[in-house]
Amino acid sequence: MQISEAWLREYGGHPAVGTKKLVAQLTMAGLEVDSVVPVAADFSGVVIGKVLSLEQHPDADRLRVCQVAVDACSHVIGCSDNHPDADRILAGQDMGEDIVLQIVCGASNVRVGLKVPVALIGAVLPGDFKIKKSKLRGQESFGMLCSAKELGISTTAEGLLELPDDASVGRDIRDYLGLADNIIEVSLTPNRADCLSVEGLGREIAILNKTNWSIPYLNEPVHTNSQMDWSITQVEPVNVQHQDVLPVVVAVPEACPRYLGRLIKNVNPNAETPLWMQERLRRSGLRSLGPLVDVTNYVLIELGQPLHAFDADKLNGKITVRYAQIDEALTLLNGQEIKLDAETVVIADDIRALAVAGVMGGNDSAVSDATQNIFLECAFFAPLQLAGKARRYGLHTDSSHRFERGVDATLQARAIERATQLIVAIAGGSTGPITEVTTEKYLPARPSLFLRKQRLQKILRSSFKGEEIVDIFQRLGMAVSAETDGWHVTPPGFRFDIAIEADLIEEIARIYGYNNLPSSSLLMRSKLGLATETVLDLNRVKYLLVDRGYQEAITYSFVDEDIQRAVAPDAICIRLQNPISSELSVMRTTLWCGLLKAALYNTNRQQSRVRLFETGLRFVNASGQTQQQKMLAGLILGSATTEQWGEKSRKVDFFDIKADVEAIFALAGCAVQFVPAQHPALHPGQTAEILSAQGDKIGLLGMLHPQQEKQLGFDTQVFLFELDQELILKKHPLKFKSLSKYPSVRRDLALIVKEDVAIAALIDCIKSCNEESLQDVVVFDIYRGKGVDEGSKSVALSLIMQNNSQTLTDSEIDAIFNRVLETLTNKLSAKLRD
Amino acid sequence: MSVSPEEILSQALQELTGIKDLDQLDQVRVHYLGKKGLLTLQMKELGSLEPEQRRAIGQVINQAKDQLQAQLETQKEVLQQAALAARLVSERIDVTLPGRGQTVAGLHPITTTLNRINKIFASVGFEVVEGPEIEDDYHNFEALNIPAHHPARAMHDTFYFDAHTVLRTHTSPVQIRVMESQTPPLKVIAPGRVYRCDSDITHTPMFHQVEGFLVDTDVSFADLKGVVYEFLRAFFEKDIQVRFRPSYFPFTEPSAEVDIECVMCGGEGCRVCSQTGWLEVMGCGMIHPEVFKAVNIDDEQYTGFAFGMGVERLAMLRYGINDLRLFFENDLKFLEQFN
Repeated sequence: MQISEAWLREYGGHPAVGTKKLVAQLTMAGLEVDSVVPVAADFSGVVIGKVLSLEQHPDADRLRVCQVAVDACSHVIGCSDNHPDADRILAGQDMGEDIVLQIVCGASNVRVGLKVPVALIGAVLPGDFKIKKSKLRGQESFGMLCSAKELGISTTAEGLLELPDDASVGRDIRDYLGLADNIIEVSLTPNRADCLSVEGLGREIAILNKTNWSIPYLNEPVHTNSQMDWSITQVEPVNVQHQDVLPVVVAVPEACPRYLGRLIKNVNPNAETPLWMQERLRRSGLRSLGPLVDVTNYVLIELGQPLHAFDADKLNGKITVRYAQIDEALTLLNGQEIKLDAETVVIADDIRALAVAGVMGGNDSAVSDATQNIFLECAFFAPLQLAGKARRYGLHTDSSHRFERGVDATLQARAIERATQLIVAIAGGSTGPITEVTTEKYLPARPSLFLRKQRLQKILRSSFKGEEIVDIFQRLGMAVSAETDGWHVTPPGFRFDIAIEADLIEEIARIYGYNNLPSSSLLMRSKLGLATETVLDLNRVKYLLVDRGYQEAITYSFVDEDIQRAVAPDAICIRLQNPISSELSVMRTTLWCGLLKAALYNTNRQQSRVRLFETGLRFVNASGQTQQQKMLAGLILGSATTEQWGEKSRKVDFFDIKADVEAIFALAGCAVQFVPAQHPALHPGQTAEILSAQGDKIGLLGMLHPQQEKQLGFDTQVFLFELDQELILKKHPLKFKSLSKYPSVRRDLALIVKEDVAIAALIDCIKSCNEESLQDVVVFDIYRGKGVDEGSKSVALSLIMQNNSQTLTDSEIDAIFNRVLETLTNKLSAKLRD
Repeated sequence: MSVSPEEILSQALQELTGIKDLDQLDQVRVHYLGKKGLLTLQMKELGSLEPEQRRAIGQVINQAKDQLQAQLETQKEVLQQAALAARLVSERIDVTLPGRGQTVAGLHPITTTLNRINKIFASVGFEVVEGPEIEDDYHNFEALNIPAHHPARAMHDTFYFDAHTVLRTHTSPVQIRVMESQTPPLKVIAPGRVYRCDSDITHTPMFHQVEGFLVDTDVSFADLKGVVYEFLRAFFEKDIQVRFRPSYFPFTEPSAEVDIECVMCGGEGCRVCSQTGWLEVMGCGMIHPEVFKAVNIDDEQYTGFAFGMGVERLAMLRYGINDLRLFFENDLKFLEQFN
């Protein structure tokens, strides 16, 4: 909410603090000030002048030569007789008390009798623009008539800034327009609806500065002592001049516990809104829209009470507050046509809905230039009934914002009188009596709360003096009575956020100052933490990959559906109802989506070598249930190592990424199997599924299918893996095995097997012999070609043998060797290579 | 004896002067001292001599052998030194050339920041807990005292899957999940990804938060202030100014925003802190009685505090990163700066 500082100070009892301090006070009281902006740019030397006469410039069609009256003493800045330009300026004619200056002007709205801002010789306008005596096409000009834009009040301007007829000639324009003012933007939390008005924020300022709060338009302070009284009786009722009323029926008292209305007849809808009101509205971010709307807006900002003025001549019969009928149509003030639902409260006449209660009025019953009689509405709508209604229609108005958060239910009588007073003063009219429909039992209750002394002390760990507490509550407008063990406190009508004891504690802390409260060091019961060895720390795995040259990436969990479909065409993906864009519309079913996109981002930026990994959730639909699985995925492409002098450059291949994956399993000490597999996004001949010893599916690795590679825009092979975090982090329990004291023996053999015999099968076969002394099997060469039949391959292996209780003899070694060979021959038709 | 040992010796010594390497040296040794060496043979011939002669000549031969042996040793030493020196020269390399093999990469700065936050809190016994990212309305809002249509919901631009399922807008639901399943005392931090339907220069639709909370029998606002202050000092490794401002969160009461003195300008006022000299870094407060009610914890017996911070913001301040979006573009040139 934005507000004029000067207006705020007036309502805050004129605190004797500077702007910086005032703003800091608000921020530190929980009313965060976002910005402080001067209402006008810096300028000087501009006074109010009156155009006495004008003539066409003899040599320029668009220029006029004006005689402009300014005050006798104001034409020289600082009124100095010693001003170096004084003599020349005095070339202007002396017209009694006033000085008349000749000024050449090009604005189209310049006319005789107009009062305008005049920048005098020596004036400095925004942008350090100095006004000097000049000649325009041969005609002397002693100053400049100004537009609002030239004064930095507005960003646009249509001609000169026209001032009211009663503006006094010669007065400094900054003073006249009150430009020594700032616009303060306050960012309010939803609990502080009471501060959505000048009165509310002014009240807080008065509380913080202990100033005497006053309602300025009554010309006298409410109180002279420091105890605040925020009671509501200070508006003098406007004299009632006619007895006509519009009957009001409230069919939904739970939604509208209070409704006030009155007829004001014979208003002048075209009366000019006074400049002071226009300026205050402008500084609150509202445009002037004619006196009737301006007044309701003004009271909204001033008191925080939304009001609405209907054109009484467009109403049919009585006013009813009711729920809308399903699909009832209404054209709103902003031109939007809506179909209402049955939960929306409307203000209706006998034949149609006129307005969405507490949100926005309708177009048909709106006031216009032709309005003569108005029906002024001032109601209290229950926050819970209104909550979310505006949003259903895509609306958010000043009115709905306040009603949803809570408007003081005791404010309506004062607000309607205030609005009436202003309307009559500006637009005339004769006032009718107020019609009020109030259902007491639905008005928000303000039950008394009890604050325990001991609880206050426990939570804030601070002891306060009893009178300190009473003083704070009283300044806040709360009724308070002290007991020996605490205080009974009744919050005022404007506070919707004081419902429990903790709220009272916060108010004490807030006014006392959070930073004045003690701070203590952490002294709490602790228990020893666990240091588990059965689960590997994910960070250990991350560091492993980092050490193997993988850069960690973090990509969005929602991805482009196109990439998702390319990478996992069969997966059912979970779709966001309201994605931020189509590129971020479905939840990833694999981390590959983000990694591929990140890799492309880099290859498109001349990176020829990319190694990335990511950890995070993937979102898969398993038999109708959403599963959120923690995964670890990696991607490599380009050269195997960074470009270097000592190593021949080569592209990464399947076994590079497999080594990285194997290293991860080595960390956990878990045996896994790599089984040839198929995946729609991976190369059919270069895909492996990884299974645990128990057969659990841990993940996949492989080469991106050439088709996907091309479709996604890569120009090199891409290798990927994705593993289930839970399974890779399951650590094999550590257990000591005694070391053999006897030497180990190595026997090499070269076997010829058929091409389709997987190496894993070969090794499994050897291990299936269960030779106690066979410690390890190492594959050290694969050969195809001369000497080996087509369709077969030669595999060179080493058998490492060692016994725990003796040195193996040659005959024992031969026996093991032969038994292994026999098994291989029987099961896999392997032959010893000659 | 045709040739005297002295002659053989002088011949051998003469030969040794021309020796260039260890092989030649060895040939000389074999020629004179080997099994069939000239001096060895002379020794063998001694047997045929008269005993007296044998002794006298034997002595001469032995002297010759010793002298030759000593000369061989000396020469060997010299040649070995020379060979080593030559090898060392031949093996000289340019040690300024880079090393071979795989280079080391690094963690994402968000992970590094999260790890630091976790470590600081773990050092005083906070347990790290994670929760689901697709969350139900109850845990994300209801149980945190944010009923449907609460204006605070407007502050969370929520991604929906259906009326009851959302992408979590904060990590606070983890607080609920922990309190539902465990009994106090509780000391937990919950780091992770969160989502808001907002994207511009200062907002990304996904970001990271760390939620922390502590529940015990005698936890006060003073403890909250102490923990937050100590954490920020530890995180920025500096005795920075910290201030607490009243604020509002439906799940805490009293609630506060925490500001630190601007780390860019030291509180003087700059563009980063909008000339205020202060930077908002986290929200916190005493856990609201309604939240305790939702998880069946007696708020008379227990009190607690909770805090939440944006990890990207802390990382940006810590490392001077000026654009939030860089975190998720995964440009290697960006990531590698944090290796």
